[in-house]
Amino acid sequence: MNITLIPLEFYLALSAIIFVIGAAGVITRRNAIIIFMCIEMMLNAVNLTLVAFSAYLGDSAGQMFVFFVMAVAAAEAAVGLAIVLALFRSRQTVYVDEVNLMKW
Amino acid sequence: MNIQIIAFFVLGLLAVATGILLVTRRNPVSAAVSLIMHFFALAGLYLTLQAQFIAAVQILVYAGAIMVLVVFVIMLLNLGKEDALKERFNPRTALAIALSSALALEVLLAFLSTPTGFNEIAPSAEKIGSPAEIGNVLFSGYIFPFEAISLLLLAAVLGSIILAKRKIED
Repeated sequence: MNITLIPLEFYLALSAIIFVIGAAGVITRRNAIIIFMCIEMMLNAVNLTLVAFSAYLGDSAGQMFVFFVMAVAAAEAAVGLAIVLALFRSRQTVYVDEVNLMKW
Repeated sequence: MNIQIIAFFVLGLLAVATGILLVTRRNPVSAAVSLIMHFFALAGLYLTLQAQFIAAVQILVYAGAIMVLVVFVIMLLNLGKEDALKERFNPRTALAIALSSALALEVLLAFLSTPTGFNEIAPSAEKIGSPAEIGNVLFSGYIFPFEAISLLLLAAVLGSIILAKRKIED
């Protein structure tokens, strides 16, 4: 195989694989902090798609979106970790299957 | 083989490997460290796409600020290894693997079935990714979302302080 240029599809496929790994982690893991990290990884996979489109189309809108996604992810990190802390203080657990008050 | 191709495959493999490590590690601290490696690999991938500013912000904000916060909370809660779920066959894992491989297949088919026709980075990409150009666009066309995001960050800071400070009544 001799490739001289990387087509856009390669970046899209890579970010799809990363997104699916993150989604699998969200479904399988019990630890709320690891679920939170998997969500960050899914956000990053989408960022990679946006930057790839921005570079291949020569349009800066994609990189603006990545900038705003990063700001929202920072806000989400602050609030999400505060929720995990409050949960741990009231229940002494971070395992999501032991917190089922709002499940059914 | 030019440098972009080598960098793409090395960093892409690193990103996928560290992503799988994040999902499979039992210990939260080693999961967090593999996520930091993942963020560095993604910053390198942004560099192959000529997005210098985004790559720098990726390392500053994600690998720096957010992951320090996550590791801090892990240490604060003194979490050990996640105990394994019941040793018997776990339907949730099987379902997750089936669903995620179906999703992966579907997305890859959608992306790879029809060529997009974009085989090369646009010549203007180098200019677009530079901090000066990002600043120009951000403070001209995107000034309203920029101000809105500052309000959102303020609300998030206030919300997390209130959540973390509240007394838990028994």
